[in-house]
Amino acid sequence: MNAVVTAKDVSKRYKNTLALDNVSFQIPAGRIVGLIGPNGAGKTTALKAVLGLTDFQGQLNVLGLDPRTQRDRLMEEVCFIADVAVLPRWIRVSEAIDFVANIHPRFNRAKCESFLARTKLTPGQRVRQMSKGMIVQLHLALVMAIDAKLLVLDEPTLGLDILYRKQFYQNLLEDYFDENKTIIVTTHQVEEIEHILTDLMFIRDGRIVLNTDMDAMGERFAEVMVSADMAATARQLKPLDERQVFGKSIFLFDGVDQAQLKALGEIRRPSVSDLFVATMKGTYA
Amino acid sequence: MKTLYWLAKREFWEHRGGFFWAPIITGGIFLLMTVLTITALEVFGLHNNVFHTGDWDFSNHVDTGATKDFGKFLDYMMCSSVVAIVGIMAIVIFFYCLGSLYDDRKDKSILFWQSLPIANWKTVTSKVASAIFIAPAIAAVLGAITGIALVLIAACVASFHGLSISAGLADAHPVRLVTNIIGLIPLYALCALPTIGWLMLCSAWARSKPFLWAFIIPLATTFAVWWLHLLGMPGLDAQWFFSHITARVLFAVTPGNWTPFVDPIHTGSQGDEMFQHLDLLRNYSALASGEMWLGAATGVAMLAGATWLRRWRDDS
Repeated sequence: MNAVVTAKDVSKRYKNTLALDNVSFQIPAGRIVGLIGPNGAGKTTALKAVLGLTDFQGQLNVLGLDPRTQRDRLMEEVCFIADVAVLPRWIRVSEAIDFVANIHPRFNRAKCESFLARTKLTPGQRVRQMSKGMIVQLHLALVMAIDAKLLVLDEPTLGLDILYRKQFYQNLLEDYFDENKTIIVTTHQVEEIEHILTDLMFIRDGRIVLNTDMDAMGERFAEVMVSADMAATARQLKPLDERQVFGKSIFLFDGVDQAQLKALGEIRRPSVSDLFVATMKGTYA
Repeated sequence: MKTLYWLAKREFWEHRGGFFWAPIITGGIFLLMTVLTITALEVFGLHNNVFHTGDWDFSNHVDTGATKDFGKFLDYMMCSSVVAIVGIMAIVIFFYCLGSLYDDRKDKSILFWQSLPIANWKTVTSKVASAIFIAPAIAAVLGAITGIALVLIAACVASFHGLSISAGLADAHPVRLVTNIIGLIPLYALCALPTIGWLMLCSAWARSKPFLWAFIIPLATTFAVWWLHLLGMPGLDAQWFFSHITARVLFAVTPGNWTPFVDPIHTGSQGDEMFQHLDLLRNYSALASGEMWLGAATGVAMLAGATWLRRWRDDS
């Protein structure tokens, strides 16, 4: 089994809240996993556990290493962008490159410089003179030049405008990702990453409530547009969710036979955001 | 070793202002003030015709005693500029340590540093080395350069009044002064450890305002000791506590931090009072003090604590 991350009964308790509640999952190599959940669901805690930034109960294996005790070795194979614009404000572009090039054994300087050549960043520029979008460009260039096996992205594009966001994921997909690399990403802008994900994980109140690859998701969940006269029949099949559009009802079904649904109306694969909203119903209530 | 080198370089990049520009500016101000004072005196002398009376022409009564005194004066001048710059450096080091493990947690850039394969002990070591070796060495060298510039200015001015430059310089001891000061840095480093350790421990531990914590805890403890003593608790001495614990933990980054441990029976080898105070053999007699070593060991223990906190402090 070539799992990059294996979690078994991982729990993490902060003073009065259970951030992770006996979580178990496996992430194989060569996947792009979206870890999606409402605020405070435990996404960041899960990622911090994987990165060895927090203590926890249970077993967690990342690339064959224990993130708690072998963190320094782990960081040679794993890279992460946690939160937006965390580069130190005093550093210059050239200093950042020099530093990472001399610290990180898997950093490719030429690659980094070619990524930066596509941006407006200049070597003498300091982070404090950059816009948020430019800081992320620099950070991404540094990270993509590292030949890591696992890349963890925690809300990497929060607060950026749509041009930077699109470009971020496009660069990642075109210039970085391949079958030897694994990416775990959390974001609230689900629509923007849905087409690049291979796997989906929903997390709610510290538990994984859905863990599926995108193909299986298309088979398991279906969205059907049903006209008013068939709506009652559709409701008998226990839909996850129902909403009204132009006088028709759209139902979201989990695990109902596709042939049966065809009789009701037009079947579509649900979007991740619709599925998310349906799954998380009542979270903040 | 390469990682440590780059980490130290990183510290220098970040603190170029404190480590490099602060001593340069201090030295510059020192030189400027000297030049202004000399100019004022010369102008004053010219206006009042002091120089024509011959009183201020030393060439008439130059003897070995006068050049000796002049050489001594130059030594003192050089030493004072080094002391001023090293004193400024002590303030820089104090605040550097307080921020060293706190600032990057505050602005979240720790998330970037922690994404790189760097062991925490290396990070802490590089910061300690910056505080106790790199910053003092830069200050000592820049202080010495300022001192030599001062001496040259003074010697030039003196030569206008008939004292020969070479005679004065021959009786000054710039090389000896600089070697002594550089030679004292390791001793300084050893004696600074309690304060460095305490400040960095606070820096790694505090969720906010490390400065307040660093001061309040030792001062409140001292107060508690004094208060218990007032209540009649035996064996407590607030004054002893203050000078041996509180002051060691807060102010041991000041230059000359080893003097309390120097064996008083050691007098300097030779030369005047200033060189006796700078005498390496005399000062390094502090190594015989158990209290000094106890302080250094406590400092190292606190640094180990800071390293542990750096690894496990969870700020979310």
